[in-house]
Amino acid sequence: MVDGDEMAVVVAARQLRDGMRCFVGIGLPSVAANLARATHAPNCVLIYEAGTIGAKPTKLPLSIGDSELAETADSVVSIPEIFNYWLQPGRIDVGFLGAAQIDRFGNLNSTVIGSYQSPKVRLPGAGGAPEIAASCGQVIVVMRQSVRSFVPRVDFISSVGYLDGGDSRQRLGCRGAGPTCVVTDLGVLRPVPGTNELMLEETYQGISLDEVCQATGWPLRVAEDLKVADPPTPREAAVLRLLGFK
Amino acid sequence: MAEFSTLRDAVAECVHDGDSVALEGFTHLIPFAAGHEIIRQRKRNLRLIRLTPDLIYDQMIGMGCADKLVFSWGGNPGVGSLHRFRDAVEHSWPLPLELEEHSHAGMANRFVAGASALPFAVLHGYNGTDLACQTNIASVVCPFTGQSLVAVPALNPDVAIIHAQQADRHSNIMLWGISGVQKEAVLACARSIVTVEEVVDRFEPHWNSVVIPSWAIDFVALVPSGTHPSYALGYSVRDNAFYRAWDGISRDRDTFLAWMELHVLQTDGWAGYWESLEPGGKL
Repeated sequence: MVDGDEMAVVVAARQLRDGMRCFVGIGLPSVAANLARATHAPNCVLIYEAGTIGAKPTKLPLSIGDSELAETADSVVSIPEIFNYWLQPGRIDVGFLGAAQIDRFGNLNSTVIGSYQSPKVRLPGAGGAPEIAASCGQVIVVMRQSVRSFVPRVDFISSVGYLDGGDSRQRLGCRGAGPTCVVTDLGVLRPVPGTNELMLEETYQGISLDEVCQATGWPLRVAEDLKVADPPTPREAAVLRLLGFK
Repeated sequence: MAEFSTLRDAVAECVHDGDSVALEGFTHLIPFAAGHEIIRQRKRNLRLIRLTPDLIYDQMIGMGCADKLVFSWGGNPGVGSLHRFRDAVEHSWPLPLELEEHSHAGMANRFVAGASALPFAVLHGYNGTDLACQTNIASVVCPFTGQSLVAVPALNPDVAIIHAQQADRHSNIMLWGISGVQKEAVLACARSIVTVEEVVDRFEPHWNSVVIPSWAIDFVALVPSGTHPSYALGYSVRDNAFYRAWDGISRDRDTFLAWMELHVLQTDGWAGYWESLEPGGKL
């Protein structure tokens, strides 16, 4: 039986190509980006929103502002600069995001469960995500999959994916392509060209299709040639241990 | 010229009930000692402003100092929720907390506009989000290209408080490492306090340093380790164990109040707080 979180970070890491410039959030996205940099993509540029460009941590940071990120960075810039000069003009290839909820069109919620005015759960809020989701060349979402997190329609759009599907994102005038890949502890979803509805394209060893559908809050589309992702290689597993993952 | 002062006097002089106050610091250099002093002096009805209200705003909100929060991300970084913030929003405890919520890019640009004495800033942002319907942004048209842009209103707090690594003898201040929006916050506000790790005869150049001249600041107070459990690069390391422990301390109202009583209200300034922690500054 594979470890879902480990598969998620391994599969997310494999989406990165060497030399890509990545805007990295804390948690599973940070693990994935660091794994990529330590294995097949040594020249990946990791950018954390605290303003560290080209950070090279040896251990996984707890926060986006840990000192090792600043000490190992190529450059450390102010918050206005990281958003205005680096993110907004489209200089960053990939944005890694997580969220509390995602819907069938890849919209993300990290603001509230329930209504905004009287929320059932008040979440931390959008932070840097709205502009990361809009301006990075593409977005890779990494999160755990369940009926609570994979909902037909998010309670609040903190960061836009494909909005209502079709060309509705394009009409907003966002610079980037949007969420091209959603990696979870159960599998990998990608938007179907045209409708931009998320479709299951890969699962993992020991995960049944039924299990993935049960963990999705809408009737999940499944690719005809559903693949099974390769389990972590010994090297990937070893690097994850070195980084301090789990 | 900034005046060297004790933190107690600087807070008493600068921070008044009902003020809008920005204690800035993006994970690094968070002015915890100043926040504690505001709690000790029992300031009320503050409008707290900050991109990333973390533990210090959680403490100030839980102690009833604030009735409004202007922010973009309110969590315990890498750990989870801010329980006092959530309790205030979800259950109005100890007081209702009005929210004015933005993205980081929006908040950063609001400080830039404030520091520049402009009424608003423009950016590409908030596209397609529900935040756009809940907050105070507007759409403007570029007079040169006809392009549609988002306008965010300037932030001009009454008071900005930041922490820096050093002041020199002339009360200029220097900080380095992750620099956040501290410079913009100080230049956007009417009054400012800077707490520092050390006072030096003269600054040695540091990679990536930000220097704010004395005449742009009101008070400088020497408070070594005044960022704990945040950190000052070159002086201290982030106390990640404290951030994790805060999750348990803050989850329950009574546990929280007992902690604040013991470590803040009953202590005499930052030195007292430090002594109240177990040796090594740990919980």
